[in-house]
Amino acid sequence: MPNKKTIDEKTVKHVARLSRINLSKEEVSLYQRQLADILGYINKLNELDTKDTLPTSHPLGNLKNVFRKDTVKKSLSAEDVLKNAPARKDDFFKVPKIIE
Amino acid sequence: MQIKPYLDRIDAVNKKLNAIIYLPGFVGLEGSRPTKPGKVITIKDNICVKDEPTTCGSKILEGFKPPYDATVIKKLKEAGFVLMGKSNMDEFAFGSSCETSCYGPTRNPWDLERIPGGSSGGSAASVAAGIVPMALGSDTGGSIRQPASLCGIVGMKPTYGRVSRYGLIAFASSLDQIGPLTRNVSDSAMLLNVISGHDEMDSTSLDLPVPDFTKSLVNDVKKIKIGIPKEYFPEGGMDKEVKKAITKSKDTLIALGAEPVEISLPHTEYAVSCYYIIAPAEASSNLARFDGDQYGLRKHAKNMVDMHMNTRTAGFGSEAKRRILLGTYSLSSGYYEAYYLKAMKARTKIKHDFSDAFKLCDVILTPTTPTPAFKIGEKIDDPLSMYLSDIFTIPANLAGIPGISIPCGFTEAGLPIGLQLLAKPFDEEALIRVAYTFEQNTDFHKRKPNI
Repeated sequence: MPNKKTIDEKTVKHVARLSRINLSKEEVSLYQRQLADILGYINKLNELDTKDTLPTSHPLGNLKNVFRKDTVKKSLSAEDVLKNAPARKDDFFKVPKIIE
Repeated sequence: MQIKPYLDRIDAVNKKLNAIIYLPGFVGLEGSRPTKPGKVITIKDNICVKDEPTTCGSKILEGFKPPYDATVIKKLKEAGFVLMGKSNMDEFAFGSSCETSCYGPTRNPWDLERIPGGSSGGSAASVAAGIVPMALGSDTGGSIRQPASLCGIVGMKPTYGRVSRYGLIAFASSLDQIGPLTRNVSDSAMLLNVISGHDEMDSTSLDLPVPDFTKSLVNDVKKIKIGIPKEYFPEGGMDKEVKKAITKSKDTLIALGAEPVEISLPHTEYAVSCYYIIAPAEASSNLARFDGDQYGLRKHAKNMVDMHMNTRTAGFGSEAKRRILLGTYSLSSGYYEAYYLKAMKARTKIKHDFSDAFKLCDVILTPTTPTPAFKIGEKIDDPLSMYLSDIFTIPANLAGIPGISIPCGFTEAGLPIGLQLLAKPFDEEALIRVAYTFEQNTDFHKRKPNI
């Protein structure tokens, strides 16, 4: 596990970009400090020997694939679905250009 | 029974508490609308109620009104409940103090200078202040039990999957669970009866029969084995008055016939680290959907990526951003194995601690929180110290087991102290029985805040 120094401002900016969040200069420095603190604490997990341990992704481990019958059921109307749309055109969500 | 007395109580105290952030659409009809005594409830603002504002305490869901009811809301409506508003919460349930809501902090009815706990702080404060007899909350790392403890009420986190999460806005999908906050254990059992059960709209909900939980309201703990984990009574790091109250509670149960068993949960010290990888990782993924395309806030820009950036930058508060950054980091290329995979393995060890312990005992007794309610502002600039305040509640979420917090004492300054009981998966009945017996033989749940 990387030590706490490896989360530098460059990494914070990179992760912010991946997260689709703009950070001000002050925020980059604040989050760099706070995330380094938190990751420093989290590094405690390195003490644990997990060589032979399987990961848990679901707490009870009792899940099977859940299927339903392939039958048509009533669902929300297009009007209900589009009611919250910030912008719409006909029966579609309208968004800015994706490709310039 | 009319709704008006409830609305009058909201008028009298909500300005001081900021527990309820929206009143439902029926306001104005109050004079004529009758309701059944006691069947009045507040709903945490991350649970979808059809055509009512549902914002998770976040600017990014400004103006959002769900086009459908969450399954728990459908069940409450069918059972004749009146929904008395949406309660305040930490933004997207990220917090232990109810201070990160975009609607401002909720205050603790026992001391207005202090936090009510979080993230279901508005739900807990509305029950403790006598606005409503019960509320729904959600618990990802303690968000029902911790505010229940700090507000002197009963808070139950059922087994993972016991209650459908269809319509609960997801925070961390392998941890989240909806549950009741109530003034007493009987109401908790009654409300759990209403909301539990399999739901085809939530593929993680348990396909198991639901017992009648009110049948476990039995005033008898003879021969019940109560596990006392030494890791939950650390030297230092724990308030003396809390420790004293928990020890006294243990003695009360022993005097009533319960059998104490010393147990060990050796990986407890790794739970907070494990949780603060897994929960933010899942949250960063779940919160990717808030981008201004389909609902909520949109901040315009000429192209789509800039619109998403502007929307998310303006819409999320600072704790939400911190958790998204942390989660994205631990899932990102080069760090996944070191953090996320490592945490999932640590989670296995924590889970095994509990399965081993439950071979020796029926329920586990611990403090719900290491301290009573802290002051507003005390931890808000120090995220790590805020995270560490959930040290006793987080392990149950990682293991998927049920837990309940019940009132068990007060500090000299008059702040409530909570006792946490944990049981094996699907055994909420054991929790209800022990909690009910404790309640019937003590007076802590009868004391009310002077507000």
